[in-house]
Amino acid sequence: MNLEALVENVAVDLLRLAAVRLPEDVKQVIRRAYGKERSGIGKVQLKAILDNIEIAEQKGIPICQDTGLISFYMEAGSRFKVLEKVEEALRRAVQRATSEIPLRPNAVDPFTQKNTDDNTGMHVPYIHWRIVSGDSLEVTAFPKGGGSENTSTLKMMEPSYGLKGLKEFVIESVVKADGMPCPPTIIGVGVGGGPNVAMELAELSLLQPVDKPNPNMAIARLEQELFEAVNRTGIGPMGLGGDSTALAVKIEYAHRHPASYPVAVAFQCWAARRATARIGSRGEVEYLTHKV
Amino acid sequence: MDKLKKKEFKTPILEKDIRRLRVGDIVFVTGTLFTARDAAHRRMVHYLKEMRQLPFRFDGLPLYHCGPLVRKVNGEWSVLAAGPTTSMRMEPFEDEVIRNLGVRLVIGKGGMGERTRKTLREFGAAYAVFTGGTAVLAAEHVKKVKQVEWLDLGVPEAVWVFEVEAFGPIVIGIDSDGNSLFEKVQLEAERRKAEIFKKFES
Repeated sequence: MNLEALVENVAVDLLRLAAVRLPEDVKQVIRRAYGKERSGIGKVQLKAILDNIEIAEQKGIPICQDTGLISFYMEAGSRFKVLEKVEEALRRAVQRATSEIPLRPNAVDPFTQKNTDDNTGMHVPYIHWRIVSGDSLEVTAFPKGGGSENTSTLKMMEPSYGLKGLKEFVIESVVKADGMPCPPTIIGVGVGGGPNVAMELAELSLLQPVDKPNPNMAIARLEQELFEAVNRTGIGPMGLGGDSTALAVKIEYAHRHPASYPVAVAFQCWAARRATARIGSRGEVEYLTHKV
Repeated sequence: MDKLKKKEFKTPILEKDIRRLRVGDIVFVTGTLFTARDAAHRRMVHYLKEMRQLPFRFDGLPLYHCGPLVRKVNGEWSVLAAGPTTSMRMEPFEDEVIRNLGVRLVIGKGGMGERTRKTLREFGAAYAVFTGGTAVLAAEHVKKVKQVEWLDLGVPEAVWVFEVEAFGPIVIGIDSDGNSLFEKVQLEAERRKAEIFKKFES
């Protein structure tokens, strides 16, 4: 098989893995939340979630009917052989995955409201590139549901509010989002840069393993502080009240302009679907998030 | 852990039975329900405005905010995934839909607004939550597709009529007295937010 066809096949596999099986780290934190939840109604929600995860996996069916708007995050070795053909291969993979898995068609023209019916369209799938050294290609499929995206927030904060303003904005956002983003959620916080950078960092933070604290100790402490604070709001699973409002808080940052302090909050529903594989230039494939 | 009341319901659901439900009750539904989300709601209200006959009547059947993932196998529809969608998007339409279609139970996720709450109280209906994202669990309780209308709106937006068995667990979020679990949680969250902010000061 040529490398281009291999990229396409692996991308179809990744979309299937992501849609059907949650990564082990996500399942682990949901089980932990279930164990700790003190609200009866909250516990019923988490039990339904755990049952759903298991049935989806057994039957090979997507966890949620909203299989999301499709994004790919790429770490491309500069010497990977067919880089210029990857985007086309990913588009074909999305079209195939839509009918083979199946995925719900979710790409709608914003002006005519017409659904393309194959999950591709203008800038869809969204493909994010990072060039690294080496000759392999790391592909992450990241389908994200509409309910949690709809509650994302961005604030161009007064710099003088500083860290306290940042923390308050995260809490404000969580209370305002309420049950809409299907809590318990993973909360991605992007700080600094411009507004687009902050939002992108917030989304990027959601790609990290959920149980892995930030390598920067000070930020890891801030993540933990916000995680505990968010779970004191009592919003709980599905906004019905309880201890489990978030499964984790993740932070990524950029340096900021002296005059601005952007803070972005991206919500990831409990169905935190992502799947990653590394493809070598000689055709070797390694799946990094799932056992296959 | 709180004491939870679990109740089984057979459709059609009667007003007197709905009037007995309270927020926090856990319900399982057996019988028939129908789905409608954004486009179907828009069209239903448009029909009602133009005094046109709707092609269906669903007295006493639960209305489920859901855009299912389905597959046609040998000419028969099968439901793969059928979790709830965000109910708030249906808020502008729900008053008219509940009153004109005789809906006694609305099922969705995330809660609904003031106008729907008022309608539920006046008409004698309730709003319940099916756990968001648990689409496969929901599909497990769908035994058969009985009917589909308005398929021209696309699969997720069409009106699907499902035969269901022990469909749940669903939690009553707004009862027919207008009590709202969402309001209770929101008010409490606002109160706790003030405490959390105070802690950030130190």
